[in-house]
Amino acid sequence: MCLGVPGKVVEVFEQDGIRMGTVDFGGITRTACLEYAPEVDVGSWVVIHVGFAISVVDEEEAARSYALLAEMGNLEDIDLPQDADGVRAEHYRPKAAP
Amino acid sequence: MKYLDEYRDDKIARALLDDIARIVTRPWTLMEVCGGQTHTLIRQGIDQLLPPEVELVHGPGCPVCVTPLALIDEAIAIAKRDDTIVCSFGDMLRVPGSAEDLFMARAAGGDVRVVYSPLDALEIARRNPAKTVVFFAVGFETTAPANAMAVKLAKDLGVSNFALLVAHVLVPPAIMAILVSPGNRVQGFLAPGHVCAIQGWTEYEPIARDFGVPIVVTGFEPLDLLEGIRMAVTQLEEGRAEVENQYVRTVVREGNTAALRVVDEVFETCDRAWRGIGVIPRSGLRLREVYRQHDAEVRFPRAAGAPASESEICIAGEVLRGRAKPHDCPAFGTLCTPEMPLGAPMVSSEGACAAYYLAGRRREEVTA
Repeated sequence: MCLGVPGKVVEVFEQDGIRMGTVDFGGITRTACLEYAPEVDVGSWVVIHVGFAISVVDEEEAARSYALLAEMGNLEDIDLPQDADGVRAEHYRPKAAP
Repeated sequence: MKYLDEYRDDKIARALLDDIARIVTRPWTLMEVCGGQTHTLIRQGIDQLLPPEVELVHGPGCPVCVTPLALIDEAIAIAKRDDTIVCSFGDMLRVPGSAEDLFMARAAGGDVRVVYSPLDALEIARRNPAKTVVFFAVGFETTAPANAMAVKLAKDLGVSNFALLVAHVLVPPAIMAILVSPGNRVQGFLAPGHVCAIQGWTEYEPIARDFGVPIVVTGFEPLDLLEGIRMAVTQLEEGRAEVENQYVRTVVREGNTAALRVVDEVFETCDRAWRGIGVIPRSGLRLREVYRQHDAEVRFPRAAGAPASESEICIAGEVLRGRAKPHDCPAFGTLCTPEMPLGAPMVSSEGACAAYYLAGRRREEVTA
């Protein structure tokens, strides 16, 4: 019920006097209300719940927390997926154990 | 997908599990409050990978499951009228009311529609001015801002045929009700990350302090959950009881102030009955007086009769309070299945009973 899916804002527009946007979820786009994420713009990552951006993804914190997790996993040759376009995340996933 | 896949890495999961096993020295009982977290924990088998000292019990965090029977009956009665359209999130349609569910109301000719967002319901109202469109507003703090915006827009734009049937519930009063209930075993909580994305965690600070329980704001991916468990166990082992935030990429202490402003403008807190649990003081939201014309309970007073009593076998109330596991119920998987549910936790995929059933947890396997 409280499902929230991260997506990237690719367009911002106004409708009925409120701020709306088009959000890309790995290739699928949906319209969402951005009224509760006033600071976001095209390129921002947001968490979408029932058609509303409820939170802005803090990309630095995401990279930092993942780095800490990766460190405890003793992963080698890890590149952090901190790209803006979202397509590198898959490419840079940690190498599978041999 | 970005911000999802990274948090599903099995090698890191193993390291976190090893770390939890290294830290723990005695038995601890944790509750994850949110049904979405329950679903991931059971589906991934995380509860079975944890060291035996760490037990997870599942909380009441499935809004579909705790919506009272009387409100389900109300929605069904409204749906059966000729002059209405009832809109709802899909999960609500199969929740059993006293005699039937919303699917049956639709089969009997009622206009019942599944929507993705309350704004979709508002659009349906604009396109059907001759009908009253009632949106079944179910959810926790996470969903309240969306529903508040829909009704605020309806008022501002003069869409007078749009109404909410409000069944909103709040997490902190439920946590307190669990902590004061006789026989409570819960010693620490994983707080629901998306509820806190809206509400922040200031309300949880006095609970952690007064009841001496660690509360860790936790995300929804497997690594989020494992890290949240590790943080809660660490606090318990060190004798600390604080609010900590695992879900730093999404949640800040103050929550979403823009959303909270609109929620406060539209809703006020009220006592609310939770299905299987009973009335919890100040645990719900209702529309403020100025939005009365958009309140379905005002427009259709007592549309349904008195609700029938719940199944006598079903132990949903015990499951929702974390006092029993789904397979402790004699009806689990036999008389009660997702196809023929006796209680609401078997209906929604986020209900603890359905999560156990769908993950193939059966009674004989567990007791064997």
